[in-house]
Amino acid sequence: MKIRFDGLTKRFPNRNKEIKADVVAVDNFTFEIPDGKLIGLLGPSGCGKSTALNLICGLETPTSGKIYFDEDDVTDLPPENRGVGMVFQSYALYPHLTVRKNIMFPLENLKGKDKLTKAQMEEKVLEAAKVVQIEELLDRKPKEMSGGQQQRVAIARSLVKMPRVLLLDEPLSNLDARLRIQTREEIKRIQNTTGITTIFVTHDQEEAMSISDMIVVMKTGVVHQIGKPQEVYDNPIDLFVAKFLGTPPINVFDGEIKGGELYIGGEKVLGKDYVKDTADGEVTVGIRPEGFVLNDSLDGKEGVFSVDLKAIEVMGRDTSVVFEHANAEGRLRAIVRSDNNIDGKSDTIKFNLNSKKVYVFSKETEERLI
Amino acid sequence: MRKAGNIKAWLYLLPAILFLGVFMVYPLIDVLIYSFEEGYNSASQTSYGTGWFNYAYVLHDKYFLQAIKNTFIIVIITVPLSTGIALLISLGLNSIKKLRDLFQTIYFLPYVTNTLAVGLVFMIMFKKTPYTDGLVNMVIKLFGSGPIDFIDGPYWAKMFVMCFYTIWVVMPFKILILTSALASVDDVYYKAAKIDGTSSFRTFTRITLPMISPMIFYLVITGFIGAFKAYSDEVAIFGTNLNAAGMNTIVGYVYDMLYGNAGGYPSYASAAALILFAIVFTITVINLLISGKNSIN
Ligand SMILES: Nc1ncnc2c1ncn2[C@@H]1O[C@H](COP(=O)(O)OP(=O)(O)OP(=O)(O)O)[C@@H](O)[C@H]1O
Ligand SMILES: [Mg+2]
Repeated sequence: MKIRFDGLTKRFPNRNKEIKADVVAVDNFTFEIPDGKLIGLLGPSGCGKSTALNLICGLETPTSGKIYFDEDDVTDLPPENRGVGMVFQSYALYPHLTVRKNIMFPLENLKGKDKLTKAQMEEKVLEAAKVVQIEELLDRKPKEMSGGQQQRVAIARSLVKMPRVLLLDEPLSNLDARLRIQTREEIKRIQNTTGITTIFVTHDQEEAMSISDMIVVMKTGVVHQIGKPQEVYDNPIDLFVAKFLGTPPINVFDGEIKGGELYIGGEKVLGKDYVKDTADGEVTVGIRPEGFVLNDSLDGKEGVFSVDLKAIEVMGRDTSVVFEHANAEGRLRAIVRSDNNIDGKSDTIKFNLNSKKVYVFSKETEERLI
Repeated sequence: MRKAGNIKAWLYLLPAILFLGVFMVYPLIDVLIYSFEEGYNSASQTSYGTGWFNYAYVLHDKYFLQAIKNTFIIVIITVPLSTGIALLISLGLNSIKKLRDLFQTIYFLPYVTNTLAVGLVFMIMFKKTPYTDGLVNMVIKLFGSGPIDFIDGPYWAKMFVMCFYTIWVVMPFKILILTSALASVDDVYYKAAKIDGTSSFRTFTRITLPMISPMIFYLVITGFIGAFKAYSDEVAIFGTNLNAAGMNTIVGYVYDMLYGNAGGYPSYASAAALILFAIVFTITVINLLISGKNSIN
């Protein structure tokens, strides 16, 4: 099922009484989520991700705007009539019920013609448990299980009614690093087998990039960019998106376009074929760590862009070069081949740039220029 | 090392053990001994012999039987009623946002007011004097019934006032405990239940109640114990001659046997006290067994 937002907006009165203006938690969402895909809703803490999910499932009512499931307007439907399943960040498993009873809970609420017999319920519970592979844990209580197992139970409970949409609010944030990677693949697998349109909230860009078919990047209630993870990474629409995606993060420099060429700190780094007809003036330049390229002899002695070398970190598959630059704040990072011949003791190192990994942004609006 | 640690631990416990020994264990043993000493005389500190005589006497004393009956009626009526009403009020309080603190304070006021003062208010409300029939009787008259003497009148009227008063006095504490228990249930469970289309009745019985059940059991157990020990509330309303009013309780009987007009019988008092102890102990054990079976774990 596809989901469509039309001018969806949610305002909250400000919690800080001294500020009169409302908090706009979700600001004029107008876009469509395709059927049967895994969507990552991504943004920094407090940007309105949970509010967006709550609007979709009906726990919050929008200040204005509409939500459509396929062609149905569900804006005014109560949560139970929307056919959504939700997994909460803290899982919200009922602590006094066994796993079986937890998963059965939504089924027991069914009334009238949807009412199921005990046997049918048992069967559905088992089915859902199989999808998340917890059949042998059905008689445990939630607190007798690990975080990852509880998380699967929460998913099973949200799946058991075969929802039209599955919503996951930061489902991995309570897990440790290894389990997080394992579980996110699990979510991907479950989504693949069920084919249910799934929206998955996170503030961890790596998590979103790794499993999503599509990501929605937002900040302070506003959607900045929507697209396939790789496309958004390769083609960020503005400085915020460029900075938010990628580990290590993009390196940001003050630069200038002069006579149709790009300069950083007096060095001409890219020429007219790159700049094309962008107007002269001061700009912000973002360069991905993999955008720094060594010269042919791989010793960093020649190149268009010189930086102050601080450290070389060997990471196995490749090498991370840590450096500083007068036109940038803090430590910067380039990722280069591990078979390089860089002299770790030298003070400066020179790079060439891969123009595909260099982005130019307006200094005022932070919009992408090149 | 271990041994030294043990000695230290006992040293730390010593003050508490001494206090408990002097003020609890010793009197308990003393009471036990009194209760089996026949015809003990506190002036000469002598007795005729030992046996079950005191228990037999107490159990055949009509005042004691009346006291047991009164106590049981008070316990059986007030404990479930006060807990149930307190739960309803707490649910109400929990669902309003505005003025919640104000209401909480109002409901808590009786708790910080002296029992005797509350008793006085009840007297004014219920007592019939040559000059006035009391506030409650004025209301009853409005509905066309004759005046009822709640303080010196029929047994059921007196018992009604007594239970009303007891519930009124214990309510604030229960409301306080239950509102905080309700507030401590994480909102996310209600959100999850709402998304799954759970009716509010089912949400209450399947989520709220189990989650606050430890607190409810706590209130029931302490409520039982408190009600079995009732005495001052009765005095507050019916005065010190409870036997005459037919409203005595077990603790009241014990007190009368020691210090009342008919007093000076520590052996009978001890036997009555131990009977009360046995009752409270049995009921508490039953309570704990039930709560253990139903608890979240
Ligand atoms: N019930 C509410 N009343 C007032 N303000 C609220 C309410 N709920 C959320 N907000 C505000 O709306 C904004 C968005 O909140 P939201 O919880 O959606 O953020 P989030 O992206 O989920 O953050 P996080 O990653 O920390 O979970 C925040 O500024 C928050 O303070
Ligand atoms: Mg959130």
